[in-house]
Amino acid sequence: MLFVILAPLALAPVALLVPSNRRRPLVLLAGALLHAAGVAALFASPPPARAGAWLAFDPMAKVTLLTVTALFLAAAIYAQGYLARRADRDNRIFVGGLLLLLAAMTVVALSHHLGLSWVAIEATTLASAPLIYFNHNARSLEATWKYLLICSLGIALALLGTFFLALSGAGAGGPRSLLLDDLIAAGPSLSRPWVRAAFVLLLVGYGTKMGLAPLHSWKPDAYGEAPGLLGALLAGGLTNFAFLSIARVFQVTRAAGDEAFARDALVGLGLLSIALAAVFVVGQRDFKRMLAYSSVEHMGILALGIGLGGGAAGGAFFHSMNNGLTKGVLFLSAGNIHRAFGAKTTDEVRGAARRLPVSGPLFLAGFLAITGSPPFSPFFSEFAILNGAFGAGRFVVGGLFLALLAVIFIGMATTVLAVVQGDPGDAPRVPGTDDSWLTAAPPFALMVLVLLLGLFLPQGLRDLFGAAAQLVGGRWD
Amino acid sequence: MASFVDLVFVLVVVIDLFLLASSRLGAAIRTVAIQGALLAALPLLLVRESHNLGHAVLLAGGALAIKGFFIPWLMFRAIREASIRREMEPVIGFVPSMVLGAVGVALAFAFSSRLPLPDAGAHGFLVPTALSTVWTGLLLVVTRKKAVSQVLGFLVLENGVYVFGLLLSDVMPVMVEAGVLLDLFAAVFVMGIVMFHINREFSSLDTEKLSALKD
Repeated sequence: MLFVILAPLALAPVALLVPSNRRRPLVLLAGALLHAAGVAALFASPPPARAGAWLAFDPMAKVTLLTVTALFLAAAIYAQGYLARRADRDNRIFVGGLLLLLAAMTVVALSHHLGLSWVAIEATTLASAPLIYFNHNARSLEATWKYLLICSLGIALALLGTFFLALSGAGAGGPRSLLLDDLIAAGPSLSRPWVRAAFVLLLVGYGTKMGLAPLHSWKPDAYGEAPGLLGALLAGGLTNFAFLSIARVFQVTRAAGDEAFARDALVGLGLLSIALAAVFVVGQRDFKRMLAYSSVEHMGILALGIGLGGGAAGGAFFHSMNNGLTKGVLFLSAGNIHRAFGAKTTDEVRGAARRLPVSGPLFLAGFLAITGSPPFSPFFSEFAILNGAFGAGRFVVGGLFLALLAVIFIGMATTVLAVVQGDPGDAPRVPGTDDSWLTAAPPFALMVLVLLLGLFLPQGLRDLFGAAAQLVGGRWD
Repeated sequence: MASFVDLVFVLVVVIDLFLLASSRLGAAIRTVAIQGALLAALPLLLVRESHNLGHAVLLAGGALAIKGFFIPWLMFRAIREASIRREMEPVIGFVPSMVLGAVGVALAFAFSSRLPLPDAGAHGFLVPTALSTVWTGLLLVVTRKKAVSQVLGFLVLENGVYVFGLLLSDVMPVMVEAGVLLDLFAAVFVMGIVMFHINREFSSLDTEKLSALKD
């Protein structure tokens, strides 16, 4: 299990030492391949669960690691083409930071110690902040500052929440531990007021990192200014791990007997996020910022799924995978469009389908997938969540969810169609930015994956989502 | 001894209020350094079990070095390079933010009297001091416009978390040390680097200039 953490971690200093700007991205590819191989090996022979271990390969870890390793591999291949085109920029920190980010995310996935999870989430922020500043201009600097400050605040509150949780079990006879399994086993004997306060702080803290409204304000700026490659890894990868951390804390809260409160909080924040995304997506001219609001929306859907419980929880874990992969398609193809036009607003960009015969249609297909059009996989996971809402008799929640999804579909369609359709004509053009194998194939492969997951979901994955949902009191149906 | 600990807690809260009212950045940095130094003494004053003395010394030494010296030095360097002295127009004025801070202190005392402490031996001022300091830190970050002030706010917030961590220093000392010291050191270090870039790019540390991105 340590291999998947140590491989990217050990390659990060290698990336810093390689002198050639041209060869350095290969280290990234090596890290991605080793990580994928390590995850495959973990699936092939799952390590036995040991009591008191800080790292465990549980179903939630399986879902998130599977998603991130596929996404990272696609991003690493894309990076070979992207960074070759950005030869003007020193990519030392970028490559090193991405590898550190991968290592830290893997720790979050595997950690069953809430203190260790916190340290790893902190590490993801510090590893990713300098990457947003890749373009070294005033706008990316502003985005970096906001990201760093807001996420640091959130993480400081999460630390306070972690302390609260530790304190809830610090009395005589309590577990006096931050191990997830100890806390869940102690369940009702935990001090209830402290657990509730801890849940609120951790939801706010990790919710900031996840980008739930109203704590999302860093997101449009960071995703808008960061390279598409990083946007894909943040929106499709990192946010899933913040979600995972919230789900773990929810496990403890549930064991401590405060389930109803936590569910209401999750449903409330989830609906708020979807509603806020609907407001800002409509009329959004900057297509990368539009994707950021779409990310806010989908984080809301994940929180909603866990909050509703039952079949919706299984849908939420399925959706975390679908959203991760589809965000990869969208951000990578949006990055290609951004580079080809040297612009990212509908004022200047049009006719992307003609100028970029692969990335343009992929951007459109990704939009259809993410807004829940069949036969792509997000349709089925969103449907499972909707089904869960109605099945549980939550008609108002389900109805609102459906209405907001429709608004977001229309809002995003306006922007996406303006980008993709039409004649590029005299729109700005950056030479040497046509679709190439390295930049177009990775988002295409992810798109195929999203389509396949929609057409045929293997039994193994169904069981996996069911097992993950069971940890938070849900099921797969 | 007990009254001395009381005094430290009271001073920490007074410093919170002073920071909310202060417009001179130099004085604010110095005050945060003093608060950090006061907090560094707390683990030593509060230690009860002798086998935890080693951890207490480590926590105190680390806190003093980072909160009392390293970060204030970094901040002073930043304001000298950017040649700024004052926080000009905060989003919420100095007097209103001080009133908000005072309300926060009152609420912190009311709230913490309702939370049962698992360990009856803990000092009664500890939780309210921690919560009011966290609140002050949040207020500072949200209402101030200079990057240096925002980082100072983050430091104050961290100070509050640190005070709370002392409750747990007997139960899980390593977690507390790793948490509060690592977070502070790493986050402020990265913030310092970004601040340096902001200063170079905009020739100022005014985050008002960071306003190109919005909807």
